[in-house]
Amino acid sequence: MTVQLTKTPVADSPLASVEAIISGLAGCGYIASRRIATALFMAQHLSKPVLVEGVAGVGKTELAIATSTLLDLPLIRMQCYEGLDESKALYEWKYGKQLLYTQILKDRMGESLAGAATMEAAMDRLHGMGDMFFSEPFMEPRPILKALQSENGCVLLIDEIDKSDEAFEAFLLEVLSAFQASIPEIGTIKAKIAPLVFLTSNNVRDLGDALKRRCLHLHIPLPDASLEERIVATRVPGVEARLTRELVAFVQSLREIELRKVPSISETVDWARALVLLHAGALSTDVVRETLNVLLKYEQDIVAIEPKLNELLGRAAEVSGGE
Amino acid sequence: MEEFIKALRASEVRVSPAEAIDAHRALMEVGYGDRTLVRDTLCITLAKSEVEVDRFDEVFDAFFSRDAFRPESRSAPAGEDGAPSGAAESPSDLPLAQMLLEGDTISLNQAMEAAARRARSTDVRLNTQRNLLSRRILDEMGLRELEELIQRLREMGMPRDDALADRLAERREALFEEASRFVDRQMMLYASETGRRMRETLLGQTKLTGVEPEDMRQMEALVKRMAKRLATRYARKRHRADKGKLDVRKTIRKSMGYGGIPFNIVWKSETIEKPKIVAIVDVSRSVAAAAQFMLLFLYSLNEVIEKLEAFAFSDRLIRVGDILENEDLDSAIPSIIKKIGMRPTDYGRALVDFTELHRADLDRHTTVIILGDGRSNYSNPRLDIMREISRRARAVIWLNPEPETYWGQGDSRMDQYKRFCSVAKVCNTLNQLERIIEDVLRTYMPR
Repeated sequence: MTVQLTKTPVADSPLASVEAIISGLAGCGYIASRRIATALFMAQHLSKPVLVEGVAGVGKTELAIATSTLLDLPLIRMQCYEGLDESKALYEWKYGKQLLYTQILKDRMGESLAGAATMEAAMDRLHGMGDMFFSEPFMEPRPILKALQSENGCVLLIDEIDKSDEAFEAFLLEVLSAFQASIPEIGTIKAKIAPLVFLTSNNVRDLGDALKRRCLHLHIPLPDASLEERIVATRVPGVEARLTRELVAFVQSLREIELRKVPSISETVDWARALVLLHAGALSTDVVRETLNVLLKYEQDIVAIEPKLNELLGRAAEVSGGE
Repeated sequence: MEEFIKALRASEVRVSPAEAIDAHRALMEVGYGDRTLVRDTLCITLAKSEVEVDRFDEVFDAFFSRDAFRPESRSAPAGEDGAPSGAAESPSDLPLAQMLLEGDTISLNQAMEAAARRARSTDVRLNTQRNLLSRRILDEMGLRELEELIQRLREMGMPRDDALADRLAERREALFEEASRFVDRQMMLYASETGRRMRETLLGQTKLTGVEPEDMRQMEALVKRMAKRLATRYARKRHRADKGKLDVRKTIRKSMGYGGIPFNIVWKSETIEKPKIVAIVDVSRSVAAAAQFMLLFLYSLNEVIEKLEAFAFSDRLIRVGDILENEDLDSAIPSIIKKIGMRPTDYGRALVDFTELHRADLDRHTTVIILGDGRSNYSNPRLDIMREISRRARAVIWLNPEPETYWGQGDSRMDQYKRFCSVAKVCNTLNQLERIIEDVLRTYMPR
């Protein structure tokens, strides 16, 4: 089904190998695990969309953004929500212009039909005029159509697909498997170059099997300590190595506690930024207490953690202060 | 590869043929050289949810850990005491003996795999087949010949031959162990699925009252899955309510006939009624065993359907929505039963309570599901209330765990209540429960 689609030349592309992807993404400030890189590699070579799952804040959306930077392609982003329909996702008619067009048409009608002797002749001529009313010039492309029409390919990010309703999911199937969209009034529009598609999901609801089947599946877990340290170091330039180790160890220990919402990577990064802004060289109980709301987003969680703060910090210092 | 996919399916990773093809294509891109790469590639193409990723990793490790012939069989090189040249029997005539003596693990592995294929090890289903299967594999590998050889070597009586026989015997033991481990792995990979499915099928047909305690867990899982399945189907039906927005597209379409002047305004509203389900469960002594499951079902349904009003009764009736909402499964059901259950039934009284609690909310969008045996201990059945309910509600569905011939016998008022029900059905197995509820949702839910 994807045979006719011209792929971007592979040899010198940044997606030529898994290693190239890892280093390329690192250059864009995204530290990818091997599995992430492999997924990207497969997506490119099999021309298949990637369904990215994982808890909020592990860098699902960020992956798409970094990929578009890496490939130097435009990123077309579509945020899903309940009630999203094709007129917002695929295309809409330019109603104003269509109305004007019918006005013009009416004015011109007398002229062009003047010579027609009979009603039949007039109708024939009318048919001969060609139907402009539903045609591409009157179409207002929405994200998906834009992605299909883009000249040099693009990265299409369908964000939080789980928030949309099932009808929309079904509507996406055609786009995802054949990179084409059917518009009743016009026909089928095929992608010039298959876009690299990312779908992200927080598992608010289970996605249909049909959708999953068409996608490669990538689950991004919460990172281990060393990976997270590298991520923090890349995302927060001014942070000292010692502090990084300490704060990552602290966050990792938080994740082992039953919390309503465990901090994910984005919280760690935000926290690191906050600490750098406060010129904190190390984690002290006071600093942590004041900045805890960056990490934990629920009052109950903060209340639960505060009494354990000293103990957790002590352990974090132990882990990080090895040398 | 086929075998691997079969193993995945057995551990509940659903792999469609299209996905299998994808995996093949993906592997052609990356080759087989790099184990992690192969693993990641397969994972990305085959496992489609977080749970499946975990299962995938497990299966992958189990499946590709076949190089398990222990190294000690390699430790003694075969040439150590020379070929038994004087002996009339040479082990080299027998490939199995040869392999064992040389400690050639790779060939041994291959031989075992081949033997296993001949013995159809992937068809292994039940625990009891285990010994038989390992025996069959060993036979296929040439065990009998090996034993004859050992026997003959011993009969020769030469010390050298004896030593050789000892070594062979020792390796044979190792081979036994290896075969049984191999079979265990096969069991793990292929059999867990079928056994479980068989039990589930049986459970689906077992009378709700006759479920063994050790099957309860599994039953719970079954009920949950069923409720989920029903709820997704049901959720699809109520969709997008009134939005009251101008449907520009349709308006323009309509206006074409009037030269573009919008005479007919079309609104985007599709008014869909918000359906409601009211479930009333009898938890009295007479239906105690079935009540457990009814409540279980109610609990699962409550998790997935937003507008569910739940009531439980024996002599009195109470609202149990809060309990279902706030407590977890293990405590919710006992606490309901403790609160209201195990007392003699009084349907009349319960219906009075119900009207008091809920009459106002009973309207033509409401489907009432009653789960109970209709045995009212000769008290007034209050058919008038039942009539009232059936008049107001969209539908009344009565599920009775007793067979139909018992309805109306003794203190059963089922034959009378039946008149006011849109559907009254026998429901005493899980399969029936699912089928009926599904019918209910399909027929009585507004779409």
